[in-house]
Amino acid sequence: MQQLAIGSKYPEPSKKFRKKAALLSVIAMGLGQIYNRQYVKGFLMLAFYVYGIFTAVTSLPHALWALVTLGETETHLQKVGRIYKQVMGDHSIFLMVESLITVFIMLVLIWLYIAGIKDAYRTGKLREEGVRPNTFKQTLSFVAAYRFPHIVLAVPILGVVFFTVMPIIFMILVAFTDFTRETMPPAHLINWEGLQAFKELLRTKAWSHTFYSVTLWTFIWAFFATITGYFGGFAAALLVQSKGIRFKSFWRTAFILPFAIPMFVSTLIMRNIFNGQFGPVNQYLGMLGIAKAPWLSDPLWAKITLVLVNFWLSFPVSMLMIIGILSTIPKDMYEAADIDGASGSQKTRLITFPMVMYSMAPLIIMQFVANINNFNIVYLLTNGKPLNGDFQFAGHTDILITWLFKLSMEQGKYNYASVIGIFIFIVLSVFAIWNVRRTKAFKEEDAS
Amino acid sequence: MRPGNQARTTIRLSFSYIALILLTAFCAYPALWVLMSSFRTGDALFSDTILPASYTLSHYTELFAKHPFGVWYMNTLKIAVSSMILGTILTLLTGYAFSVFRFTGRKNLMSILLVLGLFPGFMSMIAIYILLNQMNLLNTHTAVVIVYAAGAPLYFLFAKSYFDTIPRSLVEAARIDGAGHMPIFFRIVLPLSTPLIVYTALMTFTGAFTDFIFAKLVLRSPDKKTLAVGLFDMIGDRFSNEFTMFAAGCVLAAVPVTILFILMQRFLVDGLTAGADKG
Repeated sequence: MQQLAIGSKYPEPSKKFRKKAALLSVIAMGLGQIYNRQYVKGFLMLAFYVYGIFTAVTSLPHALWALVTLGETETHLQKVGRIYKQVMGDHSIFLMVESLITVFIMLVLIWLYIAGIKDAYRTGKLREEGVRPNTFKQTLSFVAAYRFPHIVLAVPILGVVFFTVMPIIFMILVAFTDFTRETMPPAHLINWEGLQAFKELLRTKAWSHTFYSVTLWTFIWAFFATITGYFGGFAAALLVQSKGIRFKSFWRTAFILPFAIPMFVSTLIMRNIFNGQFGPVNQYLGMLGIAKAPWLSDPLWAKITLVLVNFWLSFPVSMLMIIGILSTIPKDMYEAADIDGASGSQKTRLITFPMVMYSMAPLIIMQFVANINNFNIVYLLTNGKPLNGDFQFAGHTDILITWLFKLSMEQGKYNYASVIGIFIFIVLSVFAIWNVRRTKAFKEEDAS
Repeated sequence: MRPGNQARTTIRLSFSYIALILLTAFCAYPALWVLMSSFRTGDALFSDTILPASYTLSHYTELFAKHPFGVWYMNTLKIAVSSMILGTILTLLTGYAFSVFRFTGRKNLMSILLVLGLFPGFMSMIAIYILLNQMNLLNTHTAVVIVYAAGAPLYFLFAKSYFDTIPRSLVEAARIDGAGHMPIFFRIVLPLSTPLIVYTALMTFTGAFTDFIFAKLVLRSPDKKTLAVGLFDMIGDRFSNEFTMFAAGCVLAAVPVTILFILMQRFLVDGLTAGADKG
């Protein structure tokens, strides 16, 4: 839209508009826009500015005080006239969450403030070049046309910030406090403890022993759970899709059954099926004259049962994915192999397997990560049992995530649970980022 | 074909069929067992015969008489359908924005969302609990729906991968014809995305239908409980003597979702592989 003054002597552009507009926006958000004759936008921003100042004056000092001290007055008894009355003190946790929200809002407003200065500068620059600044209507249509993804993403991001990011920050903060059931507000105040919880968990013998053992089992579990599910699914997919098999869709439907039944139902059912005393599995073994197995009561057997049940639950997903991939392998590769006289097993080993692995590798890693976190199956099937006397509030089959759950929900050791949460989070993030960056869906698709 | 080859094929197929039948039994057994248990007379887990000696429907009627099972069912459906609608819309929009548009911070935002998606929700439950308390939403279904729907866009990657496969030229042609972003999304992209929509809807529906940890934390009074919470609490401490009734509850809870999954198989394969890297 720049008007070119061809032939005429164009004066050296002065910088007075942009400087003045930017400066006014620094003084108060929106003034620069008003100066640039963008009145509606300017007054809107000014309204935000007033709100921002209001928040900064009324809530921010309190929020910062709360974040630093986590409250100063303890709940106590006070003599009112002739009787003692309980006076509620500061509620450290509420203070913490409320302050976090205030700080979030302030950060958004500061971001808006900076964006306002930049905008005023840019518009001022355009004016110097003789361009009329956009009217409010034009601004709106510009936003609708060129800022569409931002508008679309605003609601999901807001939801994620409130219900995922903020709680995570809260959890990270808790790791540095002495928040346990014993110091539960509002009866008590919570204090910042620095790295105390980290030290206790990783250095004290009883706790560190549990921590390292549970971590080790978590990884062993995730490895076996992923491998069995994946190769089981692979075998089932090959079996169903192999040449000459009839009623393919019937078999596929039958194999999807474990996946289709809601997990909380099937896992609770499995807990009963493997019941050592009354469960049907042991009963059938008894009928065949085989000794009963301590499916859920012996540490090693419980672990095996866990992997077995997880196999039952997870192989259908892999099977479905692999069937999907099998259909994308070009037929001529097999025809060429037939001409070269390859046997069935050779074709599977040299064509099918590498092709599927190539596509599935990122997904296997994601499944591994998901299994590290597979709370449901452990909690519903074994609940971490059988108990282990050497462990702090954990059983033989507890993985990190269920131990965390027990520590926070059952034992009220919120700060220890948060330390474990941070640990899990770091491990997961490393895997996830490394993996996700490599997948094709993530690369800049139109870069080439 | 030479006779030797034919014989070998027959042997291979026979072994395949035996394996298929065994695997089918392995997959179907728990479902069949719980179905049979729900019709068995008596209330114990133990049964001395493989097939029930006599059948009864009394556990199903008891379920509604002794527990507010109908209320649980309606609660669950209400929560699952609302979360499904909200969550699906949010997920589709998120996936679409990341697939079609290029803007600063896009890649970082995507990585952040993906990593957050791996974060088990209940680890931050204490904070969410306080947040809901502040908003006066504890023990309400609205709270559960909001939290489920707000979490759904974290799994936008399938949607994004699917939208990536829609030819860009189609969208550009529409844009040249003067169509805005919204008409393009609703009139061109969405009609081409049935498998994705079905998959996303199915996943959010079952996610909300079957979640129990969060629902258990937020929904306290019996008239607010969902199926998962109700069933879990039912077997909490006395499952051994009410086992057959629990089995009946399981059957009623599992049947709709199971049928839905089986009917939607085709879309499942499409949806699951959409996220895979197809070389």
